[in-house]
Amino acid sequence: MTLLKSREAILVGAILLLLALVASRFPGFVTPSNLVAVFTDTAPLIILALGQMVVILTRSIDLSVAANLALTGMVCALINVAFPGVPVPVLVALALGLGALMGAINGFLVWKLTIPPIVVTLGTMTIFRGIIFLLTNGSWVNSHQMSSAFKAFPRENILGLPLLGWIAVIVTLILGLVMSRTTLGRAFFAVGGNPHAAVYTGINVGRTQFLAFVISGMLAGLTGYLWVARYAVAYVDIAGGFELDVVAACVIGGISIAGGVATVAGAVLGALFLGIIKNALPVIDVSPFWQLAISGAAIIIAVTFNSRAGRSKGRVILKSAEHAQ
Amino acid sequence: MKKLSKLLTTAAIATGLFAGAASAEDMRIALVVKALGIGFFEAAAKGAEEAASELGGVEIIYTGPTDTTAEGQIEVINSLIAQNVDAIAVSANDTDALVPTLKKAMQRGITVISWDSGVAEDGRQMHLNPSSNPLIGNMIIKLAADELPEGGEVAVLSATTTSTNQNIWIEEMNKVMGNYPGVEVVATVYGDDLADKSYREATGLMQSYPDLDAIIAPTSVGIVAAAQAVVDAGKVGQVNVTGLGLPSEMAGAIESGASKSFAIWNPIDLGYSATMIAYHLSKGDAVAEPGASIPMGRMGEVTLDETNSGAMADPFVYDASNIADFKDIF
Repeated sequence: MTLLKSREAILVGAILLLLALVASRFPGFVTPSNLVAVFTDTAPLIILALGQMVVILTRSIDLSVAANLALTGMVCALINVAFPGVPVPVLVALALGLGALMGAINGFLVWKLTIPPIVVTLGTMTIFRGIIFLLTNGSWVNSHQMSSAFKAFPRENILGLPLLGWIAVIVTLILGLVMSRTTLGRAFFAVGGNPHAAVYTGINVGRTQFLAFVISGMLAGLTGYLWVARYAVAYVDIAGGFELDVVAACVIGGISIAGGVATVAGAVLGALFLGIIKNALPVIDVSPFWQLAISGAAIIIAVTFNSRAGRSKGRVILKSAEHAQ
Repeated sequence: MKKLSKLLTTAAIATGLFAGAASAEDMRIALVVKALGIGFFEAAAKGAEEAASELGGVEIIYTGPTDTTAEGQIEVINSLIAQNVDAIAVSANDTDALVPTLKKAMQRGITVISWDSGVAEDGRQMHLNPSSNPLIGNMIIKLAADELPEGGEVAVLSATTTSTNQNIWIEEMNKVMGNYPGVEVVATVYGDDLADKSYREATGLMQSYPDLDAIIAPTSVGIVAAAQAVVDAGKVGQVNVTGLGLPSEMAGAIESGASKSFAIWNPIDLGYSATMIAYHLSKGDAVAEPGASIPMGRMGEVTLDETNSGAMADPFVYDASNIADFKDIF
């Protein structure tokens, strides 16, 4: 436990250092209003990283999150255009349901057909994007076609923070509870830590992975609606390549790609770290040609720190052999 | 019996159509598009009809495959050759694949031109570009400068650092900056044609340059995202978003006031001009050769370069006064 604590402490330190560096070049970045804006902008990444965390924890990976987001977002936009009267809470429920359904498809293939998760989600990623194309013939749903209530929802300001930011906070709290206080949460850790041992304790490994994919899909669906409403546009390629950002956020957050090691705080901090870089690069006047390299280098440095902090010292089990050397 | 009567009716209708559609002297110009059912091309057909009624004695055959394939277009063109039309004006799905078929058409004495999306030089007499790189480069800065009589700061939000079109347009824009004294380009940023990155870059621009007056985005994803960023930052009226976009996608930005005007080629003018050129070439009162000028009615005339291609006009400017007419077209 102290080990995990220190891992996150390092990440918090890295984020503060990053903020200080950015502030030295552009002081306006650390004003409270801008930090709120950065947090809100990072909210979709936080929500998706939390879903991805659960999946990676069970030794799987979900590459279809961005495509799931795009498809759910497009469906919500199309419904809003066709039936502008449908209230936003209904759309949110629908987005959660549709996202969960797509996650369930991934989970089912992994569980019942035991196809490797990376292959399943690579396939469904393309299928989901393809379905958007079939639904729309490649055309866009534009800002003026969406109802104003549809677009206003994520921007609703409550106590200084837009609803989009609050949703990220709420999702974080819920997952924090699930991971630490429920049998399901502990099952995720058990399955990722040692699947064979998990079986002996009566945990169904496949079913647990299935549920992880459902959670990830559900959160991707929720983000889909929020994304489309925030940017007020829906088309085939929205959030293209975003799944890699999500995986990167998890890795930065100290979540072991081999499964079994993850914390909610790690996922959130990893997403924040990446979100701050994304928001800071445009304002610190760095050549756009350097931006990709800088963002990649930051990821590798963060991961290096993490893995060094997380490396446990080997325990000497043969004292006599040690002395013999 | 039923079948036979149906067949006879069909034949009768077909004969009626052929008899009614055109008298023998009418010139028949085929407008072949990438695919039927696309708003942009329906609008071009509207322009072609306008040209036909202005010229008189011209029948427009608006046709194309049902999906955007070269094979489909070849089939359509073959049937046009069989009908022995006078001219074919095509927006091609493939630069090279159509060449043999179009060559066959030219051997039969059919005038062949390409417009919008070109065919290789062998396969057409001339090609009509909607606009040219220098005209586009000039237009995007002019749109921003027209709103800034006192001068001001503008920034460019492009697609990716390697997008050929955008880089050429920005280069052409920089060449004519001298014509717009007082207007200064303070930054060029890249949104990678992703809505979220473009939004973030636009937000960053407004933070880095608090006195920014305009964002020029010569890319359809970027211009929409920048307009949304300006609305969310509460800077409508201070920062004007302009550049190249489609009316259907930009209608919201014009409505909110985030964008005062933007430009893109006008498909109606394009269909009109292509028809005019096809008419004059087919009639023989103009020749398609390097350096030649071909009249295009109300659009002036087009001058051909060494590859026999020419640019129609400046991109067409859309603003609050005309957006409603175009937002449902394309």
